[in-house]
Amino acid sequence: MIAGYVPAGIDVMFQSENGMLGVGAPPTDDWADPDLINAGKQPVTELPGCSFFASEESFAMIRGGHMDMSILGAMQVDEHGNLANWTIPGKMVKGMGGAMDLVAGARRVIVAMEHQTKDGIPRILKQCTLPLTGKSVVHDIVTEFCWIRVTAEGLLLTELTDGVDAIDVQSRTEARLLVSPNLRMMPVSTSA
Amino acid sequence: MNKVVRTASEAVADIAHGSTVMLGGFGLCGIPENLIAALVERRVKGLHTISNNMGVDGFGMGLMLEAGMIASHIGSYVGENRLLEAMVLKKELDLTLIPQGTLAERIRAGGAGIPAFYVPTGLGTMVADGKETRQIGGRFYILEQALHADVALIKAWKGDRLGNLVYRKTARNFNPSMATAAKLTIAEVEELVEPGNLDPDHITTPGIYVNRVVLGAEYRKPIESKFIKSGGAA
Repeated sequence: MIAGYVPAGIDVMFQSENGMLGVGAPPTDDWADPDLINAGKQPVTELPGCSFFASEESFAMIRGGHMDMSILGAMQVDEHGNLANWTIPGKMVKGMGGAMDLVAGARRVIVAMEHQTKDGIPRILKQCTLPLTGKSVVHDIVTEFCWIRVTAEGLLLTELTDGVDAIDVQSRTEARLLVSPNLRMMPVSTSA
Repeated sequence: MNKVVRTASEAVADIAHGSTVMLGGFGLCGIPENLIAALVERRVKGLHTISNNMGVDGFGMGLMLEAGMIASHIGSYVGENRLLEAMVLKKELDLTLIPQGTLAERIRAGGAGIPAFYVPTGLGTMVADGKETRQIGGRFYILEQALHADVALIKAWKGDRLGNLVYRKTARNFNPSMATAAKLTIAEVEELVEPGNLDPDHITTPGIYVNRVVLGAEYRKPIESKFIKSGGAA
């Protein structure tokens, strides 16, 4: 999904954990190759220079620190940079898939998530209550309202989306937010 | 040396109840469709399966689950497999979830004669519970053990009668590592060729790891994201 929002002129190579580097856009016509999918099990295409490899190689790449960045979803994150996104004990068993490997191996981890649950309960907490995917692994949190950096001092609010202010965002967040002196509007690209 | 078996049924005929079975594939991509169907037909029970996923409701390993053939499972992702999730929540099936990269490396180690190894993955999570941890070069790691199986059921694109295998695009995934980690490795292929017809530079799984090769038929290869959206049976 991220692949559709990369601004023109920025050169990014996407890795898919199931064994591909150089992942292209979804096929535009009805025809799709079932042997060519991404980690979300959706059909993709090949970019020039792409490569295929087995799972153990894919995760050697991930674990070995060769990924500049990983972007993942979350059920909860907290002010220590902890992430929870794979199970709700007794209620939901989703599985961690490659998420634990990604957060342990990628050089920068960005969590892209909805700020609160559907019932308005904060997901950005003082301390995660769900089983963790990784401990002290998150560098940045981006939601529909803001961009937050995880720092040694705590969560630093650096960007806001249109129509909210720092007070609104704090009211939707359990963890205390530090407000950056350089707080600014988030530049949003809609070119998906 | 001829490892070719005529049918998938013949290939799986001696798999015993209670066996530990590795199955290749990522979601429904690169799964041994024919070998799974043959195993389901035999209703082999009490299997301990190792596979990244459990197919989906209505296809792949989902069919084995529905037929009540699986006693325990080691994998990394349940995702949208409703039956598996329900069975685990009702404690009808013993599920062990492990990180995908750790799963792949444990299988690779199993085939490579490495009994255990240290990884950073899962540190500070439930995955590390009960496992030895060790500090190496200023960072902590957890000790993970190799995985082995009685049988590996894998899928390749092309193979020859010596068991040399070539894979296609992202259908490679767990198949090459599983081929190395079982006492009995059975490969199904879409195209069976004579030795010499595969470029030796393209062979990912050398035949030494493979015991049986069978030519698969009537591949359905559903695309999982579309299969689930269309409600299965499409």
